[in-house]
Amino acid sequence: MKRLLISALATLIAVGATATIAGQSEDLKALKNYMQKRFPNVAYMDFANGSYALDAAKATQWESQLDFPPFLDHLDVGEEIWNTPFANGKGFGDCFGSDPSQIRVKYPRWNADTKKVETLEGQIVACQKANGEKPLKTKKGKIAYLSAWIASQANGQKINVVVPQDDPGAVAAYEAGRKFFYTKRGQLNMSCADCHVYNSGMQARGNLLSPVIGQVTHFPVWRGKWARATGGKDGFGTLQRRYDGCNKQVRAMPFKNQGVEYSNLEYFHQSMSNGQTINAPDYRE
Amino acid sequence: MNLLRRKFLKTATYIGATATAISTGVLLPQRVLGAYNAEAFAAKDVSGAISGSLGSDQYTASDAIKLKAPDIAENGAVVPVTVSSSMSNVEAISIVASANASPLTSSYQLSPACEAFVSTRIKMGKTADVIAVIKADGKLYSATKEVKVTIGGCGG
Amino acid sequence: MASIKIRAKAKDGVTTVKTLMSHPMETGLRKDKKTGKKIPAHHITEVTAEHKGNVIMTANWGGAISKNPYLSFKFKGGASGDKIKISWVDNKGESDSQEAAIK
Repeated sequence: MKRLLISALATLIAVGATATIAGQSEDLKALKNYMQKRFPNVAYMDFANGSYALDAAKATQWESQLDFPPFLDHLDVGEEIWNTPFANGKGFGDCFGSDPSQIRVKYPRWNADTKKVETLEGQIVACQKANGEKPLKTKKGKIAYLSAWIASQANGQKINVVVPQDDPGAVAAYEAGRKFFYTKRGQLNMSCADCHVYNSGMQARGNLLSPVIGQVTHFPVWRGKWARATGGKDGFGTLQRRYDGCNKQVRAMPFKNQGVEYSNLEYFHQSMSNGQTINAPDYRE
Repeated sequence: MNLLRRKFLKTATYIGATATAISTGVLLPQRVLGAYNAEAFAAKDVSGAISGSLGSDQYTASDAIKLKAPDIAENGAVVPVTVSSSMSNVEAISIVASANASPLTSSYQLSPACEAFVSTRIKMGKTADVIAVIKADGKLYSATKEVKVTIGGCGG
Repeated sequence: MASIKIRAKAKDGVTTVKTLMSHPMETGLRKDKKTGKKIPAHHITEVTAEHKGNVIMTANWGGAISKNPYLSFKFKGGASGDKIKISWVDNKGESDSQEAAIK
């Protein structure tokens, strides 16, 4: 409650893109048109490469890292976690199904019974809790290795977030996520859209702002910045870890990880990459 | 192929390189393949770095050299640099970062089997020119690219 | 010691070799945050690449090559199955080498 008050005091609520509720496919169509006009030289499927698709010279750093990807050992750890049974003898396969390649593409999704958006990391934790295991923290560390490995099993598949239009709860969660994305917040009074739609492709000091389309395809992501902070040991982070960081960067109070705000945001955010190819994990700045 | 060079490649192992190289007359004693060129790395200016590693500081810019490096370094400690060239008879390549305390980052001696290509990652303390100098047929040619090194951005 | 990873691939008569080495590559200029004292220089000084026992390339490195250094070069005349050997020596006299087959 306190957090909501703080952000309400600090923000001007401005609904971006469309004033009326258009729905997921209309929103994506409008955004796609906008991005293709803004970046006429970028092939639509290349948006998954983020800022590297916009700047070939910058991309040399990404290509250089991918010669010997820094995250291979961590992916092995992720696979090991997937294969390790719980104390009760069951495993992640009992929650998610035995085929790990079929998991990533299902999330995020609306659960009509619990009336909540489910994310992959959220469901990993739910699986642990349901089996009496101590739940992993959801921003970095083992959950990122496991989620990255699961996502890597789905490489080549297309993101396909479903918002059932006949379920008002799902539609409302999607709309809440969209509103979050377009709402200015923090002392810097900026919305996600300010950087990743209206100023995408521009420099924010030393950073080249990535467009929102294609942003989620490569999460959990290995960030050079996160790796440097650990002396090169671990650059992995989940999508909501990045939400946390982005909110802090505009000097807004971050929301609870895997809470309703970030999960609704993820529901919208991932929708805007529908049709893009999963290429996880990947290296970013 | 230079006959002396071929003889060197056939007879020398890494350990025996120094003595063999000098005795076959392939290399000048003060710039011996395989011996660490501490002097060149100690040079505090670009000219000293290039003459120390390649024998001369007279070089001309050449379009035949492709120098690939980012315009803005994401991380000044890891700046990827790739040097390639269509020139023939390339014997050596040096990579210099003009504003580093010791501008010579590295120098590569290529046997005739090698293509004129080298790629590595260097440290740059600040915005500076990266200069790739190639020695081909005894002459020096260069390509230069400015790499901006900034601290921090807004994406964190 | 396994401080050297090698990937070598032959295509159309040219072999591309990529190698990643584990090494602190200290310049000797960096200060220890806790003690304030300079960390002594400790970096690879020479890298040698051999193909079928012949030295095909030597690299002289200074401290300005990045930590956990990367190097790639290309040469003609290698074939799938041939052995490539990469060796390094550092300023403290430590060394390592690794062999790998060209794919």
